[in-house]
Amino acid sequence: MSLKFPIYMDNHATTPMDPRVLETMLPYFTEHFGNAASRSHKFGWTAEEAVNYAREQVATLIGAEKPEEIVFTSGATESINLAIKGVAEFYRDKGNHIITTKIEHKAALDTCKRLEKEGYEVTYLDVGPEGVVSVDDVRAAITDKTILVSVMLANNEVGTVQPIKEIGALCKERGVIFHCDAVQGVGKTEFSVKDMGVDLASITAHKIYGPKGVGALYVRRARPRVRLTAQIDGGGHERGNRSGTLNVPGIVGFGKACEILTKEWREEAARIKGLRNRLKDRLFAELDECHINGAWDDARRLPNNLNVSFSYVEGEGLMMAIKDVAVSSGSACTSSSLEPSYVLRALGVEEELAHTSIRFGLGRFTTEEEVDYVGDLVVNKVKKLRDLSPLYEMAREGVNLKDIAWTAH
Amino acid sequence: MAYSEKVIEHAENPRNVGTLDKEDPNVGTGLVGAPACGDVMRLQIKVSDAGVIEDAKFKTFGCGSAIASSSLATEWLKGRTLDEASAIRNTDIVKELNLPPVKIHCSVLAEDAIKSAIEDFRKKQSAKRGA
Repeated sequence: MSLKFPIYMDNHATTPMDPRVLETMLPYFTEHFGNAASRSHKFGWTAEEAVNYAREQVATLIGAEKPEEIVFTSGATESINLAIKGVAEFYRDKGNHIITTKIEHKAALDTCKRLEKEGYEVTYLDVGPEGVVSVDDVRAAITDKTILVSVMLANNEVGTVQPIKEIGALCKERGVIFHCDAVQGVGKTEFSVKDMGVDLASITAHKIYGPKGVGALYVRRARPRVRLTAQIDGGGHERGNRSGTLNVPGIVGFGKACEILTKEWREEAARIKGLRNRLKDRLFAELDECHINGAWDDARRLPNNLNVSFSYVEGEGLMMAIKDVAVSSGSACTSSSLEPSYVLRALGVEEELAHTSIRFGLGRFTTEEEVDYVGDLVVNKVKKLRDLSPLYEMAREGVNLKDIAWTAH
Repeated sequence: MAYSEKVIEHAENPRNVGTLDKEDPNVGTGLVGAPACGDVMRLQIKVSDAGVIEDAKFKTFGCGSAIASSSLATEWLKGRTLDEASAIRNTDIVKELNLPPVKIHCSVLAEDAIKSAIEDFRKKQSAKRGA
């Protein structure tokens, strides 16, 4: 098989849709175009049936006991907003304190920031250099005003997996609602709302080889029954939790994507981990001064994530040198804000190293041939850019870069 | 963000990469930027007794635009007098490389590197005359 360019290794950002998913969706654009809320005719019934089947498929993947616990949304950003704001508003009389971590996605962090402006108090927990929050820190942060703990299953930059089961047990014990942003982890690492004591969980289709524009919020209906204040008003769809005509083809595709993962995820995760380790081994065998960002052990890292800092080589410069390969970087230069990655900062990664980080995100369609090509290319270009790097030359000459009075600009 | 063809061309084939002897009295070295900010440029010039830049070398830690800005600067410096070199403005680099607004700081850094190299050379010369 010959390589096709560009090569996609940015599967944390989004994934290509699985052809099986597309095939399942197609009839729902044309033939079965009905509105799932139309109760008076066959078109509506067919659409509703398809949606309910997808609800079961999604529920099965995440270990929900009832399909009714799945609320379809436009994506994980909406799910996270609904979970956090919905709980904050509904349980306002009970308390005003929320606990989360510094490495959550912006959808959670910015939602919390908005709530702070509205009088809520938010604790943003540190994570250590491993990029994993400590359960003891969560425990210590809970007060009698705490109404919600929100922790991600796995981080989108460094792929570190959080102790969800332990936090779930703690929240149950303390009577606090627990939301888990499971976007990056579901289908890649163990996740079950039932086994892990999760009360609310946000997921999205496009990270698991489904279509963009559709997500779900799992809302526990028993032990305890979680209530939300809806954030979008209208026709009262999704049991009043989320008004708006359902995206039937998207939901059908989402369901199919979940069904595929329910059957295949373990095998797929093992295969992708093999490829990811092959890439890591190649880079580390050929290059000195490479640093993994975040925990590396299997239990605490997604199988498809490799986040590595190549000292003395700026991330965006490297991405340009490997422009036929799609990856991303925590370098400041890649964001429009010119701020370096807040996630790497939370891990205590020094700014110098944060600027040299590259995130490789492997996926279902990554091949061994691609991994070998990318490995060789990165080795070659890092060496070339180090020849171009004054910092590498100075470090080789024994200059301590920290002793230099740099002119920050 | 898409890069201009000129940036890509310079970043892929950087001109005048290398190191001049910083102890040489005819060599001026400018080291600007900071690793924590994501870009560091070292630009060196070798100046003839007649005051003409006969060689220029650079090494840069930074994004493609930073590499391209310093590569272009070395190209422009060769054959110029020090006064002519001092007249190079970051806006000239922005224009030549079609740098977008978020990359203007790369051109500013290149201008700073040129100035700093000239200053280093002049300092060395006056120290030599003073000795």
